[in-house]
Order: sequence, then C-alpha cells, then structure tokens
Amino acid sequence: METLEQIRARIEAAVSGAQVALDGKSLVVGRQHLLDVVRFLKNDPALAMDYCANLCAVDWLPRKVKVKQGDAEVEQERPGYLEVVYDFYSMAKKHGPVQLKCRTDGREGTPEMPSITPLFHGAELQEREAYDLYGIWFTGHPDLRRILMWDEFKDYPMRKDYHPPDDFKYEPTPHYDVLAREKQHWPAKPS
Amino acid sequence: MAMDQGLKSELQKAGVFTITVEELYNWGRKNSIWPLQFGLACCAIEMIATACSRYDLARFGAEVFRPSPRQADLMIVAGTVTKKMAPQVVRLFNQMPEPKYVIAMGACAISGGPFKQGYNVLKGIDRYIPVDVHIPGCPPRPEALLHALITLQKQIEQDHVLGKVKPRAYTPDATTEWPVPAYGEHDLEPPFNPEVWKPQPLVRTDAK
Repeated sequence: METLEQIRARIEAAVSGAQVALDGKSLVVGRQHLLDVVRFLKNDPALAMDYCANLCAVDWLPRKVKVKQGDAEVEQERPGYLEVVYDFYSMAKKHGPVQLKCRTDGREGTPEMPSITPLFHGAELQEREAYDLYGIWFTGHPDLRRILMWDEFKDYPMRKDYHPPDDFKYEPTPHYDVLAREKQHWPAKPS
Repeated sequence: MAMDQGLKSELQKAGVFTITVEELYNWGRKNSIWPLQFGLACCAIEMIATACSRYDLARFGAEVFRPSPRQADLMIVAGTVTKKMAPQVVRLFNQMPEPKYVIAMGACAISGGPFKQGYNVLKGIDRYIPVDVHIPGCPPRPEALLHALITLQKQIEQDHVLGKVKPRAYTPDATTEWPVPAYGEHDLEPPFNPEVWKPQPLVRTDAK
C-alpha cells in the first residue's frame, strides 16, 4: 500500500477543494468533502478500500494544545468538537487500514456530519450507535434513531460532560469515586 | 395445620399413613414449578446447563420451561437487566398467573453486578418485583441454581393455604400486578417501586 503521505497527495489531486491533514497515523478530512474522499478511497483501483471495518466517535472537550510555530512552541486554545474515526480496509487488495477522521463544528446539541451509509451499508448501525451515545447527526442516513437507549432518552451518555442519573445503591466496600458518590448521599453529621 | 409428629409416626408403625390436604397440596405444587423460558445474558447459559442432563433440573420437577408467561410459575431472572429491558421483565411477570415466584440469578440480576456504577443497567430487579430467592455469583454454578430451587421448594412447603398468614396467591385483595416503569428522559420512572424495595440506609464511616 502507498504511504499515508502519498494517499493524502492523491486525494487532494482527485477531489477538488479537499484539504487533507495528517494527524498521527490518520487523515483528517473536512466535513464538506468527506463523502467525496470516501468515494475516492472506495473506487480508486490502486486503493480499493471496499470495507469499512469500524466507525467510532470521540468527544473532545475544549482544550489547550501546543503548536509549533517555527522553533517556538505556542499554546493554543482549541474549541471542543466531536470526531468520527473511520477504519477502511481493502478485501480485494488485502491491505489497510486507512484511518480517516472527520470533525464536527462544535459539540453543542447534535452537530451535523455527512453519513457514509450510502457508500458503505455496514456503517448504518454504527452511525446509529454514534448518534445514540454521542449525539452526532448524520445527514443522509436512511433511518437515524437511537439503537441502544430507548427513544424517549434525551442524553448522550458517552459525552464527557454527561451526568448519569443519581441512583446510588448501598455498596459494602466503597472506595475511590464510588466512595465519593456515596458521600453525597450520607445523612447529615450528628452535632 | 401440621399434624402431631409423634402421633403420625405411631400410626405409621401400625400401617396407617396420614397426611393433611395442605401437605399434599404443597407437595404437589413444589414438585412441579414450571419456569419461564427466558434468559437475559450469560447466566442464561448456566440456566440451560442446569436444565440439561448433567445437572438435570427434572429431578426437582422444574424441567418444563414454558415459552409463555401464562403457563409459568417461576421467573428465573438470569442475567443483566438493562434499563431498556426492565419494563418488559415487569410486564412478563405481571402476565404470569398466581402463585408465582421469582429467582434473581447472578450478580447483575440482584444488584447490577459489574455494571452497578453505570448508567444503563438496573441495579437489581428487586427494585420492581418481589424476589423470593437471590443467588450471588458471576455466573452462579448450576448447583447454586439447584440450591435456589430447593430453597424455593422449602418456602412453598411452608405455605399455609388456610389460616391467617397466607401467601400472596391466596389473599384475594393482594397485588397481582406491579407497576411497569416508564421510559423517562434520563432514567426509568420511577427509579424503583417503594412498595417492593427500600434503599438501604447509608452509614457515615467518618462519624464516631
């Protein structure tokens, strides 16, 4: 298989306007070009990425990152976003994976992201799971609704700012964060 | 209405066997407990093993797993009860005719088990329905399930059909339907049935 740098250059040449960045061992693609890039990976005869093995979401809170500017390292504020990571393999060429990342605009409510289900039918349930647990709205998905939690559920439980319902139950040997949870339910201290 | 044991054994020596109707009735009942064919997670595999020939639940008359709640006497809650599944479990229990019994099998069914601190697993089915026997273990051995069944049989043996203290099934105005929890926006509503389950009071470990 070609190196990641070669794939990046070929994508930018083939998909007009696409900006692809390298992030570790994966390629970061903008939302507006995601579908075209995935279509290119799938249909390109040399790559032939015909199998979407996995799709998962990551929640990034607003954070400070160190960016190299020339020789100096500068600390930068980075706003929070939700990220979807795709793993593509080629069954025909027996190579892979090519890891693709795509980020939403912010993490308020249900930010949008193009669905790749029209290209890879296997992504349908995985996108429903990412919607259920992270609240990413996949536009173009044929049947986007909750898959693990019930339909009336309002939260997105895998988000980092999710607070689970307060249903603490007696623990015989509480410690660490379980003890901290128990302390919130302790009766008032006798004076 | 227990018979005098001394009299009973004296009569036996004379070749007269006596038994009360209640004893006979309970003996018949306890040896034909039909469980509901219903498993939620890995504990169900142990339940299947218990029903198969090596452990042989049939020795205790409970081999007839019924696929319909209308024909079942015993609900073996075998496995993790997720909050999404809990209303269905309560509904199935409501559809069973009296007298009915519940065995909560395994750490998940009795307390939430390894998922106790999570958001999506019910912390014990005893929050919504009355459990007769709890079995700890992850999963419990088939012997443990057999022991639970024998415990239940001993409990049925002591039921009084007549008299003041009667089991739920013989009390006409007793509850036969337990409220099914609704899916809420953040959790099940209500989070537990206060008539069935009361939270264990917490004790401060720093108080002297």
